[in-house]
Amino acid sequence: MSVKTLEPEKGVAELQSSLSEEARRGASEARSRWQRAAEKVGAGRGSWKRDFTTVSGMEVPHLVTPDETADLDPVRDIGVPGEYPYTRGIHPTGYRGKLWTMRQFAGFGTADDTNLRFKYLLSQGQTGLSVAFHLPTLYGYDSDHAMSTGEVGKCGVAVDSLADMETLFAGIPLDEVTTSMTINSTAPILFAMYLAVAEQQGVDIRNKVSGTLQNDILKEYIAQKEYIFPPRPSMRLITDQFAFAARQVPKWNTISISGYHIREAGSTALQELAFTLRDGMEYVQYGIDAGLDVDEFAPRLSFFFNSHNDFFEEVAKFRAARKIWATVMRERYGAKDPRSWMLRFHTQTAGCSLTAQQPVNNVVRTTLQALAAVLGGTQSLHTNALDETLALPTEENARIALRTQQIIAHESGVVNTVDPLGGSYFVEEMTRRMVDGAMDYIRRIDEYGGMVEAVEAGFPQREIMDAAYAFQKAFESNEKLTVGVNFFQVEDEKPIDILYIGEEVAAKQLASLDAVRSRRDRGAVARTLDGLRRGADAGENTMPLLLDCVKAYCTVGEVSDALRDVFGTYEEPAVF
Amino acid sequence: MTQGNKFRILIAKPGLDGHDRGAKVVARALRDAGFEVIYSGLRQTPEQIAATAVQEDVDAVGLSILSGAHNVLLPEVARLLRAEQGEDILLFAGGIIPEQDIAPLKASGVDEIFLPGTTSTAIVEYLNRRLCAA
Repeated sequence: MSVKTLEPEKGVAELQSSLSEEARRGASEARSRWQRAAEKVGAGRGSWKRDFTTVSGMEVPHLVTPDETADLDPVRDIGVPGEYPYTRGIHPTGYRGKLWTMRQFAGFGTADDTNLRFKYLLSQGQTGLSVAFHLPTLYGYDSDHAMSTGEVGKCGVAVDSLADMETLFAGIPLDEVTTSMTINSTAPILFAMYLAVAEQQGVDIRNKVSGTLQNDILKEYIAQKEYIFPPRPSMRLITDQFAFAARQVPKWNTISISGYHIREAGSTALQELAFTLRDGMEYVQYGIDAGLDVDEFAPRLSFFFNSHNDFFEEVAKFRAARKIWATVMRERYGAKDPRSWMLRFHTQTAGCSLTAQQPVNNVVRTTLQALAAVLGGTQSLHTNALDETLALPTEENARIALRTQQIIAHESGVVNTVDPLGGSYFVEEMTRRMVDGAMDYIRRIDEYGGMVEAVEAGFPQREIMDAAYAFQKAFESNEKLTVGVNFFQVEDEKPIDILYIGEEVAAKQLASLDAVRSRRDRGAVARTLDGLRRGADAGENTMPLLLDCVKAYCTVGEVSDALRDVFGTYEEPAVF
Repeated sequence: MTQGNKFRILIAKPGLDGHDRGAKVVARALRDAGFEVIYSGLRQTPEQIAATAVQEDVDAVGLSILSGAHNVLLPEVARLLRAEQGEDILLFAGGIIPEQDIAPLKASGVDEIFLPGTTSTAIVEYLNRRLCAA
């Protein structure tokens, strides 16, 4: 793979400051006065804690003045919303033109159960759907596989075949909602099922079907670990979808390059930013290497970030992400279409920040995290429910989570102006530090030869494991406080009501799976699976073959097994 | 208190759950506290976990599960371990486990359950107390 190294973003701006000589001298003097005053007060009283660092352990400056940010170019580094490098946002109108999409991730039990939750959320003002599949679907096993024991309908909705997908979207017109699907190894199978349902509904697929597949396999090896096949054939399945969707479903976002899970696995904010963007660059490179024109598929790449507790670190991360992506897409990959330069992203508030202790406090955490996402310019947002450290959310808690976004959107006033934090000395300095730190990581991954190679060498996995352990030690030594857990505890908390999914869900799902198997055309099943095996082996685009399989009601397990026959499977070494 | 002299602990991930942050943090903390730690890796069946426990001759097995499948998988691990090793093997678990499931899980043979927010120090102390007493 050819790798062009990016030059550090320095040069002209260092020579010509945006401030006049006189103003700059004044700022310097004022900064010195402050320094002396702060030291004098500090010498007397000290500080109430030893280190002032972010939740990621990043050093935070005590004060940022124009003295430190004088070299930032107001046009080239910061700019205006809607203009390269998009530090202040991708839309010229911010949230005045359109609010972010309120997209709550939901799925549990059978397709019937989740269909009802979807309709409830839509009736409450949610503006897009987001499907959580249960673990067997994510791993390419049917609900009756031995490995699925105990897992059916627990972490998400059970989908074994097209029949379940038909039920899942019954009464929901797929030309009126956009749907995001959290699915990775088996993404092309579920994508094919979604398109088959849209076709049954008579929807114009080319012009009216829109949504997002997570489809980010690199972060599975790095963090979430829901991989089936080895990295290289997995990358090929993704480029097959890029090519297919660019022509057949042009409004579909074929991938949501995800930092969320990297962060949940314990990374720092900087690692989340750097690994996610470097993953994105890897997909771009593989797309180009597969013969695609960068501007044909890059506008359909989207991102997915975590929003954690440290407010300004998060805002800086989102702003830095846009700036870096615009720069690498234009400078490194030669993209010409501005839509290829724009980083669009979904955000989910940090599940790992929630506490089982005094769970109602989680509403406050989620509000702050959601606000950081909005001030960071997110295109779409999921706010966690207060009970998610205990179980999947109840209907009431899911509603409070949605209301949190609606209050930010309609009551707080933050949507009235674009990027209200832009130009804050501190925010601009933190954004710069995020950009510089991420570029360092990106260079280190380039030195491995790319992200696939870095993953094979275990580099990002080790970095995340070390960061997770460092955080745990900081928590246990009370350097990092979690309200209600290591500080401000209460005794004898009463358990709250939670959503309970029993084993009767599995019995129901197994019965409906049996019914599908007995009523489908067995010849068509064998024929389409055989076609898939042969096509996958011969290097054909797998998407049309997968559509044939799902329309014949081949199950997720059967289709995945056919691909396992061709591609083999992957196991990571069990290290800690 | 002696800090975990040569006790062998298996940390295992039952079922399809890929969330391994907790398992790995606990494994590393136990190793740093002087235990010998074996980590199973992901996606282990109860049979595989019991077999590893026997083969590695461990003193305790720690299961990490966040998928909601605990009521099915944990009792099965307990049953197989008790059948193979009797009562002298300590079985503990951690993860997303609702309060109401704890009593039935303990009745099924799981000795202790650690909920979110538990410190690794608490787990180390628990293991030292229980294993030294045995």
